[in-house]
Amino acid sequence: MSNIIKKSLGALAFGMMLTTSALAGELVINTDTSDPAPKAAFEAVIAGFEAENPDVTVTWNLFDHEGYKTSIRNFLTADAPDLANWYAGNRMLPYVNAGLFEPVDDVWEENGLNESLASAVDSMTIDGQKWGVPYTYYQWGVYYRKDIFEDLGIEIPTNWEEFLAAGATLNENDVTPITIGTKFLWTAGGVFDYLNLRTNGYDFHMALTRGEIAWTDDRVRATMANWKTLLDADFFIENHAAYSWQEALPAMVRGDAAMYVMGNFAVAPLKEAGLTDDTLGFFQFPEITPGIPLAEEAPTDIIHIPANARNKVDARRFLAYIARADVQSQINETLGQLPINVNSTVADDKFLQAGQAMLSSTTAGIAQFFDRDAPAEMAKAGMEGFQEFMVKPERLDAILERLEKVRERVYK
Amino acid sequence: MSLLRFEEKMTAVTRFWKENQLGLAPWLFLAPGIFMFLLYVIIPITQSMSISLYEWDGLGQKEFIGFANYVELMDDEAFYTSLKNNVIWLVLYMLAIPGGLFVALFLNQTVRGIRIYKSLFFFPFVMSQVVVGLVFSWFYDPNFGLMNVIITSFGFEPIAVLADERLVTYGIIIAGLWPQTAYCMILFLTGLNAISTEQIEAARLDNAKGWRMLWYVILPQLRPATFIAIVVTVIGALRSFDLVSIMTDGGPWGSSRVLAFYMYEKAFSEYGFRMGYGAAISVVLFGIMMIYITWVLYRMYRDERGA
Repeated sequence: MSNIIKKSLGALAFGMMLTTSALAGELVINTDTSDPAPKAAFEAVIAGFEAENPDVTVTWNLFDHEGYKTSIRNFLTADAPDLANWYAGNRMLPYVNAGLFEPVDDVWEENGLNESLASAVDSMTIDGQKWGVPYTYYQWGVYYRKDIFEDLGIEIPTNWEEFLAAGATLNENDVTPITIGTKFLWTAGGVFDYLNLRTNGYDFHMALTRGEIAWTDDRVRATMANWKTLLDADFFIENHAAYSWQEALPAMVRGDAAMYVMGNFAVAPLKEAGLTDDTLGFFQFPEITPGIPLAEEAPTDIIHIPANARNKVDARRFLAYIARADVQSQINETLGQLPINVNSTVADDKFLQAGQAMLSSTTAGIAQFFDRDAPAEMAKAGMEGFQEFMVKPERLDAILERLEKVRERVYK
Repeated sequence: MSLLRFEEKMTAVTRFWKENQLGLAPWLFLAPGIFMFLLYVIIPITQSMSISLYEWDGLGQKEFIGFANYVELMDDEAFYTSLKNNVIWLVLYMLAIPGGLFVALFLNQTVRGIRIYKSLFFFPFVMSQVVVGLVFSWFYDPNFGLMNVIITSFGFEPIAVLADERLVTYGIIIAGLWPQTAYCMILFLTGLNAISTEQIEAARLDNAKGWRMLWYVILPQLRPATFIAIVVTVIGALRSFDLVSIMTDGGPWGSSRVLAFYMYEKAFSEYGFRMGYGAAISVVLFGIMMIYITWVLYRMYRDERGA
């Protein structure tokens, strides 16, 4: 219980700070970018903004990543900053519905963002209005041990048969094909997303996460059957339910496992642990159902103006600033992620270049992530079900029926 | 003129005070306590109960839905898992009491440096539950955890305690017993200090020793300590939130949840924010606690009458 108390006390303390700090020409920004790279990126952006706008002083409140998820509810209602970062898709829906974010279509119009940020238009739009400005995204896909693949003579798989064959070869050589840590569930959501996107396609996947399709549908079963094929072929490391995603990294670093279905943020810790551009590679999740165009997963981070903000004029200037091509190039170079602005340059990094090439050629659609596309409660139940399925595949029917029950209630 | 009237009034007040002093004084002294109790206990409880009748995400409009949250709760597998785990916690957590008694008896001797040993045994209770949780997660780790190093050295397969739905709750309870035993130990140690030496000498003269001494002479004198130990252990078992949150986050697939954790998950966690449903869970938890609190209050009342 003490966690909750600490969190709310923290939120209270921040709230008090904000009350005293909202003066004219002062811009209050709340972010959860507390990891080293995101923190440095925001420091640079804010310094750059202040240099170009000497009349504005920025007050920046940095929250810890997990605490932010609770704090944002408090500060949006009680004492709003002028800007706050958050995530696309269903994650922002409750705040939009509660009228806590401000639509910023004017910023998009005036700065020509409809062209320069075109790829993110869909994920920013709810009820025909745009609710924020995206500044970064990153690709998901398969990160793999290039040296192990080369030693065993495995080619990068591009379809399901090749993928299964690659796994078989790895298993024959006592290397587990895929490492994963499902303790915090969402990693299993990533695997499901890709299997479903590849088995049934983007439109089906989005309809499923929107609650328009029953979980007991045969097409969902087809996805799960493909997953079962992987489980039967011993694709995943044992005891994954005991590990967080970070705790699953050592298996890959040691060479006990050769692949990781992950987001690009996994590259930094893998390199820190000793892998290099020569031993670590990236490939697009292979095709499963032939002929279905390859859709990708690329979560987008956004900056919003809270509806209760005091200094909305300068907040709009900041949004226009962070949408600019040069600013997005710079911020994403530090973040190690991809800029949304089409005129930005991508950092000279093998993985970012690969991600950029993959995402910019994607025509089938870009999903956010299971827990951003589906509403919170559905996402939680779903990911829990996926974790259970990965350990107890024989319970598939019970799991799908449970998810269907949740769906009927959540989307009513 | 006005002064006169004022004095008249004062005398009226004084008279009223004198006549009712005995009746009023206790209430005046109780007033700050009652006020705090109302503000921080009674009002929040009634608020939780009323929220449990609404569908509310904590942001938008509340929607009155009557007992629908409770009806849903009755049909919620996760709720029954949590309830079952709460019962397991309540039963097994009681092991801390004999455990603490045993350690206390063992440490209740005059050896050089005994204070250091006592402090060392008390150490787990001083540590944050978060640290305890982390230490035990590492202990159970299927790859490098001490437990599995030992198990595999005997040639057995490693056991992933925290990833196995059958073992996970017991694994967490063992972690919880470590600090709880230390807590009970310190209660019994203070109890042992207060034991009357005369009675022990008298018992010695009557040739009592070993188990009989413990059972008929020592334990009856430890009754107050035992009572407190039961009280804190039950409370500890019912609010077993930190360890679950740190060690498994409720998993695997929710099989280590307890009611307090499930309430948190539904109401405040990343995927939750169903305040009404969370409140309904907490009302059920409150009901369970109420049974126990009534028992404690009844005992205290009885003891005080007896005294």
